[in-house]
Amino acid sequence: MRVVLAEWRKLRRPTLLLGTLGAALFFTGLTTTFLYLMIDSEQGNSDRGRQVGREVLNLASGSVFGFASVGGLLGIIALCVFAAQTAQEYTYGTLRNLLVRQPGRIRILLGKLIAMKLFALIMVGIAALVSISLSYFLSDRAKVSTDLWFTSEGIHAIGQTILNVAISVIYFGIVGMVLGLLLRSPISAISFGVLWLLIIENLIGAVKPVTLDWMPGSQLSIIAQGGSPEVSYSHALTLGTLYVFAGAVVATVLFSRRDVAN
Amino acid sequence: MYSLAISVKDLSKKYDSTLAVSHANFEVPLGTICGFVGPNGAGKTTTIRMLLGLITPTGGTAEILGESINHPDRYLSKVGALIEGPAFYPALSGEENLKVLATLGGYPIERVSELIKTVGLDGRGGSKYKTYSLGMKQRLGIAAALLPRPQVLILDEPTNGLDPEGIQEVRDLLKKLASEGTTVFVSSHLLSELELISEYIVMLRKGEVVFAGSMQDLLMQQQPIILVKTESQTDLHKIVEIAEGDGHKATIRSEVAHIEGPAEWAGVLNKKAFEAGILLTQLSPQLPNLEETFFEMTGDRS
Repeated sequence: MRVVLAEWRKLRRPTLLLGTLGAALFFTGLTTTFLYLMIDSEQGNSDRGRQVGREVLNLASGSVFGFASVGGLLGIIALCVFAAQTAQEYTYGTLRNLLVRQPGRIRILLGKLIAMKLFALIMVGIAALVSISLSYFLSDRAKVSTDLWFTSEGIHAIGQTILNVAISVIYFGIVGMVLGLLLRSPISAISFGVLWLLIIENLIGAVKPVTLDWMPGSQLSIIAQGGSPEVSYSHALTLGTLYVFAGAVVATVLFSRRDVAN
Repeated sequence: MYSLAISVKDLSKKYDSTLAVSHANFEVPLGTICGFVGPNGAGKTTTIRMLLGLITPTGGTAEILGESINHPDRYLSKVGALIEGPAFYPALSGEENLKVLATLGGYPIERVSELIKTVGLDGRGGSKYKTYSLGMKQRLGIAAALLPRPQVLILDEPTNGLDPEGIQEVRDLLKKLASEGTTVFVSSHLLSELELISEYIVMLRKGEVVFAGSMQDLLMQQQPIILVKTESQTDLHKIVEIAEGDGHKATIRSEVAHIEGPAEWAGVLNKKAFEAGILLTQLSPQLPNLEETFFEMTGDRS
C-alpha cells in the first residue's frame, strides 16, 4: 500500500496527469467525431478507412463504437506512461532510493503496477464518458438513432466495452512496463514499443495479413474492440494474456535479481 | 546483541574479469564516525551498494546492525543512505521528493518539513528539484538519508558541490548525530575534513582494504615529517645530504625538503645547518596527516 501511495504522488503531478488525459481526450474526440461526421464519406469513417454505417451505430452497442475504436490508441498512451514511469527510475538513478526505503523488489514492482493501473483506469473512465457523450450529441447530425443505446442491452454493451478497453489498456501498459524494465531508458522503451505496435506489426500485416491473428499489438487492440471479423475475442484475450504474462515473468525475474549499479 | 554497526568479512565483487572489491574485511563500532577513503575506482561505491543490498556480492559476507546483507529488509529501516550523489525526480519539488520517500518508508510526513529546515533548504522546499544548485541537491540528499532517524548513516561524498560554509554545516551535523549515538560511515575526497571528524578509517586501494582501524593507529604508523626551506636551492640539497647522513629519509617537493624524523631532531638539524652556514627560512616539524598518509598508502597523487 505504501508503494502504491508513493507512486501515486508521482503520477498525480499536474503536467503528467493533465498531459496524459489531454492526449487521451484528443484521440477519443477525434475518433468519435470522425465516426459520425464522416458517416457518408466514401473514404471511410473508422480505422484503416473502414466504413461503419448507420445500421451498426443504430444498434444497442452503437454508443460505444467510437470508444472501442480508440482503445488501441489509449493503449499506446498507457504504454508510453508505464514505460516512462518505470524506465525513468534507472535514468534518474532514483531506483536506488526506492530500494533503500523498500528493499522488497517485487513489492516495488507490484505497487508501481497497481498505481499505474489506477491511473490508466481513470483515463479509460473519462475517455469513455467523453466518447459516449460526444456520440450522443453527434448522433442527431449523423441521423443515427439512439433508441437502443440506453436500454438494458445498451447499458450492458457500455459496461462490456469499458471492461474490454480497460483490459486492453492495462495490458498495453504492462507491455510498456516490461520494456521499461528491460531497456532501462524511457526513450528506448517508448520508441521500441510504439515502433513495433504502430509500424512493424502493420507492415508485416500488410505483407502477410494472417500474421495479425498472432501479433501481440493486434491482439491487444482486438480485445478493446471486443473481437474482430478475423479474430475472435476469446482468441485475442487468451493470446494477449499469454504474451503479457510471459513478458511480465521475464521482467520480474530480471528486476528482482539484477544489480542496481547506476 | 551486536556491538558493531558494520562488519565486513571477505567481501568481494567481480564484474566479468574485473575484481571491483577483493576480500574486504573491516569493522565499524556503534556510535562512531568512520571515514571511507580510496582513490577513484577503488571500490568504495561498490562496497556501499553491497552493504545496502543494491548489488549482490560474488563472495564473502557482511552484517549491518547484526543482520546479514542477504536480508536488507531486516536492517534498512534503521539505515539512512546517500549513494553516489543525490538522485531525485526533477519535475517534483524537493519537499514532494522527500514525501515520496517518506510515504514509501512509512515515516511521518511532518518529518519532511523538519528535515528541510535541518539541511538549510527552508524557503526552497517547494521549488522543483531541477531548479536546485548542486549544493542544494546535495542537501536534499542528506535530508533523504536522515528520514528514518537512522541508527547507521551511510554517506557517499556528502560534501560534493557544497561551499565551505555548507561543508562545515555537514561536519557539525555528522558530529551531532554521532554524539546522539548514530554511526556514520562516510566516504569523501576531502581528507582534511574526514581527519577532523573520523575516529575510524577504512582505506581502499584497487578493491583491497589497505587499512582499517582507528585514525590514531593509522597516523601513529606514519613517520612525523620536518619541512625545511632554505634561501637557495643548492642549500636545500645540502640539507638533504645532512639528513640522509644522519639516517633520515629526505625528498625535495615543490622547493621544500620533506624529512622523515621526530620533532626533536629539528633542533639538531637547525644546529647542523647553522654550522654549515645554511640559512633556514622555514623549519616546521609536522605530525603525519591523513592526506600524506593516504598518498603514502595508496600511492595515489592524482
